[in-house]
Amino acid sequence: MHSGAECRAGDIVVASVDFCMSQDGTSTMMIRELESLGFSAPKTKRGMAVVIDHNSPCPSVEVAKIHSKIRDFARTRSIPIHDVGDGVCHQVVSEGGYVLPGDLAIGADSHTCTYGALNACSTGLGSADVAAAAFTGKLWFKVPESFSIKVGGGFADRIGAKDLALKVIGSLTADGATYRSVEFSGEAIDSLSMDGRFTIANMAVEMGAKFCPFGFDSKTAEWLSQRGLRAGNAVSSDDGATYEKVFEFDASDLVPKVAKPHSVDNVADASDLRGIAIQQSFLGTCTNGRISDLEAAARVLKGHQIRTGVRMIVAPASRSILLSAMDRGIISQLLKAGAAIVAPGCGPCVGTHAGIPSDGENVISTANRNFKGRMGNNKDVGIYLASPETVAASAIKGEITDPREI
Amino acid sequence: MKLTGKAHRFVPNDDINTDYIISGRYKFKVDDMNELAKHVMEDIDPEFASKVTKGDFVVAGRNFGSGSSREQAPRALKAAGVAAVIAGSYARIFYRSSFNVGLPLIECDTGWIAEGDEIMVDFDKGEVVNVRTGQTAKASPIPRTMQVLLEDGGLIPHLKKHGGFALE
Repeated sequence: MHSGAECRAGDIVVASVDFCMSQDGTSTMMIRELESLGFSAPKTKRGMAVVIDHNSPCPSVEVAKIHSKIRDFARTRSIPIHDVGDGVCHQVVSEGGYVLPGDLAIGADSHTCTYGALNACSTGLGSADVAAAAFTGKLWFKVPESFSIKVGGGFADRIGAKDLALKVIGSLTADGATYRSVEFSGEAIDSLSMDGRFTIANMAVEMGAKFCPFGFDSKTAEWLSQRGLRAGNAVSSDDGATYEKVFEFDASDLVPKVAKPHSVDNVADASDLRGIAIQQSFLGTCTNGRISDLEAAARVLKGHQIRTGVRMIVAPASRSILLSAMDRGIISQLLKAGAAIVAPGCGPCVGTHAGIPSDGENVISTANRNFKGRMGNNKDVGIYLASPETVAASAIKGEITDPREI
Repeated sequence: MKLTGKAHRFVPNDDINTDYIISGRYKFKVDDMNELAKHVMEDIDPEFASKVTKGDFVVAGRNFGSGSSREQAPRALKAAGVAAVIAGSYARIFYRSSFNVGLPLIECDTGWIAEGDEIMVDFDKGEVVNVRTGQTAKASPIPRTMQVLLEDGGLIPHLKKHGGFALE
């Protein structure tokens, strides 16, 4: 028990935090707070890490100065830093074994809920909260109510975790799970790869959720052992646990889904958006930049070329994913099809570099957010969110395309 | 405590995310909140930074502050002079961060507040008054935890004052 006592939904508890992290967009405020507190070393059980991923490699002199501050902070306190080329914070943290099953982890990045795939409770917070946790080893939490999302059936070819995530968010809406812990279970979830579970946990915050812990099973164990990581202290829901709400979905009914501009819950079927021209496609991010995502896109692209007039940008989520994609020939396939590969990291997702769209353009992206201006230009730019398969299919056709038509 | 100021409303009304509050175009490269304040709300109201005056209120519908965890969002609103946000509901991270940095959030229905209305917020009574129309609404009580953080001037001042958490 992280709080040292039995607790129930609605209770306010001060709980011990196992790990905390921040990235280059949120670290400076945390560092200022920590310096004002006279911080020397993190009190969290597994320490902390900082990751330079959002503007990486650095796009400007202003950002370079911020990166220098972060590097100085990490060096002088012997805090692990993952610098240019290591990858997106959530992938680097997962692969690095900083968060293990049963942990309570926080990060100054809203998609920190991603580690839920590892049977952990993890959530995004502001920089002051992360500073407080690093300094004291603890943080206050309100114990959330839980939603159960049961997913039966199986996924058809070229339909997967992203389509399910978009379907669920479209149904529950952008604030449908605010402050809730959301637990996915069922036959379809059991059948999902760990990469697919990371995709779903990552997007939980897009419906407002706080935590998205998945059950621990043989796939979790295998994923950890392949990376030489321990199994931690796996946790499970109480027998007969009560849920505030229960939702049921069937993966067999899913079709390729797309979130239209400018909100993640504005979801339609890809086949209904045929004819919407796209100028840029983006494969990557903490949502869909993993090896199975790159592989799925390469499978769709096999024997095809990216259409003239369409840019396809690929940002593998981590160095190890890029290496693995090279070993498997995926990078070569993507390059030959016409894609551009950028450094592991957030790529163009947050609009600071590596693929800012021009006025009036449409982008189809595997990212998790399509807010107006998100990719760095708010002048009539439409961002459509979809699976790696749909992004690849759309790059081939130059318009939004159901990948089953390729 | 009573605050009086002018209401600013936006399109969209619901789901105003932190990208809209302060765009990634600025927040990644500018570390000075007074500089960021010049671009606050820019993507949904380019005039806002020049219109807002100290003590004004940002007024919105549901799920204000959704999306990114960027603490620059409440900090930039505060630096722009915004005295409080009044909205139907808030996203979780923004909610915590606002109280952590000393920006009060008032939760109540806001359909009856128009752009430019003079609004009075009575924190002790939990009341929001539209000075133009005379209409009054009850706000959801600010939870005790958040009140303590506000009274102490934010989360880090709270830790300094008590030598740790004094919230349970």
